[in-house]
Amino acid sequence: MERIPILKMGDYLLVTIQVDMHDRLALTLQDDLTERIARTQARGVLIDISSLEIVDSFIGRMLGNIAAMSRVLDAETVVVGMRPAVAITLVELGLSLPGVRTALNVEKGMSLLQGARAEQENVNGRGER
Amino acid sequence: MKPKEEKSRIPDMIARRESDLLADWTREQLAATTLRSDLMRESELREQSRQFLNLMIRAASQQLSLNDINAPAWEETREFLSSISRSRAHQGFTPSEIATFVLSLKQPLFTMMRQELEGDPRKLADEMWVATTLLDKLGLFTTEEYQKGREEVIRRQQQELLELSTPVVVLWEGVLALPLIGTLDSARTQVVMESLLQKIVETGAGIAIIDITGVPTVDTLVAQHLLKTVSAARLMGADCIISGIRPQIAQTIVHLGVNLTDVITKSSLADAFAVALRRAKLVITRSENHG
Repeated sequence: MERIPILKMGDYLLVTIQVDMHDRLALTLQDDLTERIARTQARGVLIDISSLEIVDSFIGRMLGNIAAMSRVLDAETVVVGMRPAVAITLVELGLSLPGVRTALNVEKGMSLLQGARAEQENVNGRGER
Repeated sequence: MKPKEEKSRIPDMIARRESDLLADWTREQLAATTLRSDLMRESELREQSRQFLNLMIRAASQQLSLNDINAPAWEETREFLSSISRSRAHQGFTPSEIATFVLSLKQPLFTMMRQELEGDPRKLADEMWVATTLLDKLGLFTTEEYQKGREEVIRRQQQELLELSTPVVVLWEGVLALPLIGTLDSARTQVVMESLLQKIVETGAGIAIIDITGVPTVDTLVAQHLLKTVSAARLMGADCIISGIRPQIAQTIVHLGVNLTDVITKSSLADAFAVALRRAKLVITRSENHG
């Protein structure tokens, strides 16, 4: 069965969506990703959707769900590389993904994750998490 | 009163005495006070009159009733009139001057009809009614076309304004500004949103300042459009600051119950820029050797 690869980079997981998402693929990704976060104790998830040209309300909601689930498992999610047309579509659909962090590209997304983590460690006390 | 069953004799009459009628009509038009010799040459006028009369004869002979100028038989006449209407509007004629072109045919036509139908006053009255209705309709048609031409111009200008009035400027590395002038409707928001997002991709900017100093009023709809733009930019990974909120607008926003709490708002572009610089970890310092 078709799957979207999840790459591990240090404490972070990198998901690059390079095919058109259909609903079943999205659900599989959701399963795989939560499973993977739990197993690797990842601290952040980076979802790159720069090749995604079409989103519907289901995929939009799924992105929101993944972010919420990751947060429950103590990992920040950053969605990066959204195309202008996709952003406009999501806003018109009324899905502004309130709980999801966003960045323009993978590089900025990564520094956002690192920044967020450093901030959290400062609050919690170093290395305690 | 309208003779429906009986075919009107007007088309035959006009066809038979076309040259007389044309001569009378042209003389009439040239003598009229509404003649604009400054805008149009005499030969041109003569040519247009001849064409119109020809088309009218052709259309009228195809049609039993002369009342319906929307019928397919009148198609060519309508096209001709609308082209005249547009070209004259372009030359600077007023709508009434353009309608007079058609309406001035009445007098020569009636004179001719009086001569032709001298022995039959009933028929004359009927035919006059038919002719006058027809010419009135054609005259009104030119006015409608004039109006349509005008509306096209307005629409085109609106479109041009739309494109002109949404520049996205780079204030600093990673900081964009979007000074909005004029009312925001949904069509305009679309253009604004698209150009902003495009610029974010091009420059990789992390902060966009939307300045609404030039937006005259902010109602719920405009606020909603602004929030949409902010959300879309956020999805692309850029934060938005709304600046240039005048005191009155602040009051209306609160009275309308619009929720702007998720957005950073500043009263002036300078304040917003300062925030943007702070976010980008940039500092402006005054040079020391100034005194």
